[in-house]
Amino acid sequence: MSAKSKKIRNDILLCVVILVVALISFLIFKITMKDGSYAVVLIDGEEKYRYSLSENGEHLIKNGEFENLLVIKDGKAYVSNANCRDKICVSHRAVSSTGENIVCLPHKLVVSIKTKGD
Amino acid sequence: MKTDTKKITLSAVMTAFALVLSYVELLIPPIWSAVPGIKMGLPNIVIIFLLYKLSFMYAFSVSIIRTFMVALLFGNVLSLAYSISGAVLSLGIMWLLKKTNLFSTVGVSIAGGVFHNLGQIITAIIIMQTKEIGYYMIVLIPSGIIAGIFVGLAGVFFIKYSNNIKMI
Repeated sequence: MSAKSKKIRNDILLCVVILVVALISFLIFKITMKDGSYAVVLIDGEEKYRYSLSENGEHLIKNGEFENLLVIKDGKAYVSNANCRDKICVSHRAVSSTGENIVCLPHKLVVSIKTKGD
Repeated sequence: MKTDTKKITLSAVMTAFALVLSYVELLIPPIWSAVPGIKMGLPNIVIIFLLYKLSFMYAFSVSIIRTFMVALLFGNVLSLAYSISGAVLSLGIMWLLKKTNLFSTVGVSIAGGVFHNLGQIITAIIIMQTKEIGYYMIVLIPSGIIAGIFVGLAGVFFIKYSNNIKMI
């Protein structure tokens, strides 16, 4: 094998290793997942509100000028509206399992699903 | 023969080029709307170019300067934190891999792309204080690889055709 094709072979090996490591860590995450009980709202890393997933409702989360509308319905939580620029939190699908999050970075907001223990 | 003056001048022009690439990147609307702030890493074309054409020190200097200027011009302190971690980690791994001489330029760039995104996730976890942001890894790592391939190929062409130009 020429030096060049050896390098290319190593490149592919590198990709495979990276993907395998990523997959393994993702699987470990998933396996330690249970059905969550609460949607915890964290602003700037601090827990501000905690809503049970079993109670349907709409909650307007206001942090100064920042507004996100959190909806709990049928055991799932999602953000139906927000006044951030990108609205990535709004396009996120509904979350319901422990560890799943909806993040609004500009508003420093994290909606995190947690179980009773947390 | 490349004098120091030529090297410094080249680096200065490359810094400006990296700035423009950063700006162009900001204009592209975020596609994978699942993850905020996902960027292709176009300025890394310049970093790779300098890493291979000149040396690590030049690539490092341009990277730091570019990061600060982009934050000053187009961003804020928060974006600076994300940029710095991504830039430092990606350049670090690229320099390491290049030293081993086991990977091609594109391979080095792939690692750079992955670690760039990794740095941003780690910064996000620290800032947001929730380790669950690690979930985004499943999206950011493959996209880091793809971006790395694209940037690496662009860098290779850049280096190859720059060899035809006598001035640099």
